[in-house]
Amino acid sequence: MTSRRLSEFLPPLAFGLAVLAIWEAGVRLLHVPAIILPPPSAIAARFVTSIPTLAADFRQTIQGVLAGYVIGSLAGFVVAILIDRSHFLQRGLLPIGNLVSALPIVGVAPIMVMWFGFDWQSKAAVVAVMTFFPMLVNTIAGLSSAGAIERDLMKTYGANYWQTLLALRLPVAMPFIFNALKINTTLAMIGAIVAEFFGTPIVGMGFRISTEVGRLQIDMVWATIVVAALTGSLFYALVAGVERRVTFWHASYRAKEA
Amino acid sequence: MKSALPLTTVVLALIGVWYLAAALMNASLQRDQFANAGRTDYSTQDLVGASLNMERPKLPAPHQVASELYKLVFATSPTSKRSLVYHGLITLEETLIGFAIGSALGIGLAVLIVSMRWLERSMMPWIVASQTVPIIALAPMIVVILNQFNVTGIAPKAAIAAYLSFFPVTVGMVKGFRSPDPLQLDLMRTYSATRAQTFMKLRAPASAPFFFASMKIGAAAALVGAVVAEVTKSEDGGLGARLLAGSYYGQTVQIWAALFAAAALSATLVGAIGFAGRLTQRRMALS
Repeated sequence: MTSRRLSEFLPPLAFGLAVLAIWEAGVRLLHVPAIILPPPSAIAARFVTSIPTLAADFRQTIQGVLAGYVIGSLAGFVVAILIDRSHFLQRGLLPIGNLVSALPIVGVAPIMVMWFGFDWQSKAAVVAVMTFFPMLVNTIAGLSSAGAIERDLMKTYGANYWQTLLALRLPVAMPFIFNALKINTTLAMIGAIVAEFFGTPIVGMGFRISTEVGRLQIDMVWATIVVAALTGSLFYALVAGVERRVTFWHASYRAKEA
Repeated sequence: MKSALPLTTVVLALIGVWYLAAALMNASLQRDQFANAGRTDYSTQDLVGASLNMERPKLPAPHQVASELYKLVFATSPTSKRSLVYHGLITLEETLIGFAIGSALGIGLAVLIVSMRWLERSMMPWIVASQTVPIIALAPMIVVILNQFNVTGIAPKAAIAAYLSFFPVTVGMVKGFRSPDPLQLDLMRTYSATRAQTFMKLRAPASAPFFFASMKIGAAAALVGAVVAEVTKSEDGGLGARLLAGSYYGQTVQIWAALFAAAALSATLVGAIGFAGRLTQRRMALS
C-alpha cells in the first residue's frame, strides 16, 4: 500500500519540483525583473514575512466564502426539494438553471456591493447567488436518478413520499449533490475574490491582489495567490473527504478499494 | 416544446417577483426623495409608481432595464462609446480569440497526455488540482505582466480568457479520449491498429460528446475571464468596463443592462456550440 501510494505521488511531486526549479533558474539566469516574475524563493520569503497580513486577508475573505457557500448551497438544495413534487415547476426551472450556469454571474458583484456594503456580507451574497444554481440543477438531476425498479420496490413496501425520499432518492442523489458541493467550492472562492475587486474594506485576498498589483509588489500578489490556491484546494479536499465518507457505496470508490 | 408552458410561467413569475422586490427595495429610498422634495401627500400608488421609475434605484424594475437595453443596443449608434454593441463586440472579440487559443492548447495538451503515460502521471494531478484553485485571482497580475512587455489592448484580456478556458477543456478532452471502453480498445488491438489509428478512428470520434461539453464550459469560462479582465483594466472598454463604470457612478440601470448584455452573449455562444453539437451527433448517429 505505502509503495503504491508513493509511486502515485512521486511523478506529480517530481513534476511540481521541476517546474519550481526551472522557474527559479530561468528567472535568475535570464535576469527577469522581479516586477514581471519573482523567483519562487522570493515569493516564499515574502510569504513568511507577511504572514500576519495574509492571515488577516484570509480571515476576511473566508467569511464571505463560507457564509455564501452555506447559504447558496442550502437554498439550492431546499428549492430543489420543494419543487420536487411539481413536474411543472421543474420543467420550467431546469432550462433556466442550465442557462444561468453558463452566465457570467460574477457580474452581479457590483450590484451586491451596492446592496450589502463593502464588508464580507456583499461577498457572501455574490457567492450565494453563484452557488445556488449548480446545487439546484444537480439536486434535481440526482433526485430523478433513482431507478424504476427501486422505486417500484419502495411502492410495494407501501412507503409514502417522504419515506421514499429519505430512504431511496436522497441517498441516490448524494453523488450529484456532492458534485455540486465540489463545483461550488471553486465558485465560492472565485466569487468572493472577484467581488473584492469591486470594493472592500482594506483587507481581503481580492483587495490585496488588486492593490499590490497596482503597487507592482508582484511577490506579494503571488504570496496571496498561494494562499488562495491552498485555501481552494483544502476546501475542495475537505468536501471530497466528506463525500468519500457519505457515498462510500458508490462505484467510483468501490473500484479503488478492490 | 413540452416545457414551453412551464418555462413561460416560471419566467413570468420571476419577473413578477422582480417587480415586487424592486418596489419593496426602492420604496424607502423614494420616500426619502419625496421627503426631500417636501411632498407628503403621496398615495401608496404614487410611491410604488415612482419606486419603479427611479433614476438610480437600488434595484431597477424590469422595464427600466429593458428600455435601457433597447436604448443602448438599438437606438445608439454602434460606434458610440455608450453603445452596448460597441462594448459587447470588444468583449466578444476577446472572448473568441481567447477561447480559440485556450481550447486549441487544451485539446493539444489532452492529446499529449493521452498518448504519453508519464506525462499523464506527472501532470494530470496538477491539472485536476488547478481546477480547485481560483485561477481568476491571477487575472489582474497577467494584465500587468503583459503590460510590461507592451502587450496592451485586446491581447491581455484574450490571454486571460484563454487561460480560463484552457483547464476545463484539457480535463474534459482527456476524459473524452479515455471514454472508449476496454472492449473497443481490445477490438482495435485485434485489428492490429497502430496507436495513431486507434486515436483517429476510435478515441477522437468517441470524444465528440465530451468535446462539445468542454467547448461549452470553455466558452462560458472565456467570457467570464474577458469580463473580469476588463474590470481590472477598464480603459479599453468592454462589458466588464461598463459594469465597473456603473458601480463607480451608482448607475444601477446601466449595470443591469451590461449584465444582461453579457448574459445574452454567453447564452448565444453556448447555445451555438450546443446546436453545432446536436448537428454533429445526429450526423454521427450518436443521438
